[in-house]
Amino acid sequence: MTNVARVIPCLDVEAGRVVKGVNFLDLVDAGDPVELAARYDEQGADELVFLDITASSDQRDTIVEVARHTAEEVFIPFTIGGGIRTVDDARRLLRVGADKTAVNTAAVRRPELISDLAREFGSQCVVASIDARRSADADAPASGFEVYTHGGRTRTGICAVTWANEVERLGAGEIMLTSMDRDGTRDGFDIELTQTISDAVGVPVIASGGVGTLDHLAEGVIDGHAEAVLAASIFHFGEHTIADAKNHMLSRGVTVRPPQ
Amino acid sequence: MTKPLIAVLDYGIGNLRSAQKALERVGAESFLTADAAEVEAADGVVLPGVGAFGRVMEAIRETGVDAIAADAVARQVPFLGICVGMQALYESSEESPGVEGLGVLPGRIIELSDEVKRPQMQWNQLHSTAPSPLLAGLPQDAWVYFVHSFAPEMTDDVVATCNYGGDVVAAAQRGSVMATQFHPEKSGPVGIAIIANFVALCDGAT
Repeated sequence: MTNVARVIPCLDVEAGRVVKGVNFLDLVDAGDPVELAARYDEQGADELVFLDITASSDQRDTIVEVARHTAEEVFIPFTIGGGIRTVDDARRLLRVGADKTAVNTAAVRRPELISDLAREFGSQCVVASIDARRSADADAPASGFEVYTHGGRTRTGICAVTWANEVERLGAGEIMLTSMDRDGTRDGFDIELTQTISDAVGVPVIASGGVGTLDHLAEGVIDGHAEAVLAASIFHFGEHTIADAKNHMLSRGVTVRPPQ
Repeated sequence: MTKPLIAVLDYGIGNLRSAQKALERVGAESFLTADAAEVEAADGVVLPGVGAFGRVMEAIRETGVDAIAADAVARQVPFLGICVGMQALYESSEESPGVEGLGVLPGRIIELSDEVKRPQMQWNQLHSTAPSPLLAGLPQDAWVYFVHSFAPEMTDDVVATCNYGGDVVAAAQRGSVMATQFHPEKSGPVGIAIIANFVALCDGAT
């Protein structure tokens, strides 16, 4: 076999606590990122992504503690994203045990951040997170897919396909691609966007944004050509376990690391 | 009974903490160091590594970890190279032409096939090609986590491969020197079992 699709739950963390309604019945503390990480690890998650959405700068260090404690308890790879602006920001997270750092707005503003991170820590530590929307007005890029920043609020005029090629050239080891049109809709990935980007680059692509069913996960790989699929709510609310997701993907002919 | 003492060689690059925590999880005492005397006192030595071969070798030489590693290998202390820490044990790499590796293992590091996405960043299955105490007792075709664009060429020291655009070297052993291209410290229960095998060898060596 060659490509083994990864299933990645994503946890939003604010001031060191998981937010956006995680709903497992038997958790001692549903807001504890480390307890949730351990739960997803047990279910067979291939990696974890923590997105730090902490707004106030005096609580930024809380995510470093999340990384530190996760590395003590969980022996699968995990990525931290959100608020990483400098090589030093990334170093603090990697030193305490994070495997990768994801950069988004700061890299659009200053693309050298990606090459600086890749040179300092290696490409495998650098995930370029790209938020894209379809746009069709006069200012839209020719591909029809435009890069947005600041959590999908700010237009950049940059073509998502061009930017994906650029982050690869700069040294990103992976692209986390989120359709801001689909994010939160549960209508499934934007397959055309995912396939366009995935086929355009030589690095792995994580599809993100819009998963509402287990079929959507399989479609991200089969139709979207993504190497990994990321989802939040379908796992957090206890509707489906990671094992359910993997068994379904296997039944659709997608190769995954089977649940234990 | 005292815990086996494992030195994790720290030359300032990469996520060393995960390796240290995994060693502690299986009952070893583990510390990060680049001090020759501290390493001499250890029952086993781990050389982790991430990033580009040239940058890693530069940092290994700048911190004197090259001599420390060579000494540990000469004393036949159980030695484990992980990922680029494995690659550093070989003679050279296509990634950084002209840069010498530690030369503990014969052979060079070659790029993965251009017919697959690089890096290989995924879980993949180990296929055992020769018996090795490091991989003893694992389930058949066990799953482990890889992140790499380069890997050692096929040599007599290889004990396991994975399939990624062809057979790719996944683990090697030559006497007391063991090495994995994958990350045992990031490979869940299978990886912990491999770390436990290594620690058991360190325990037996004292």
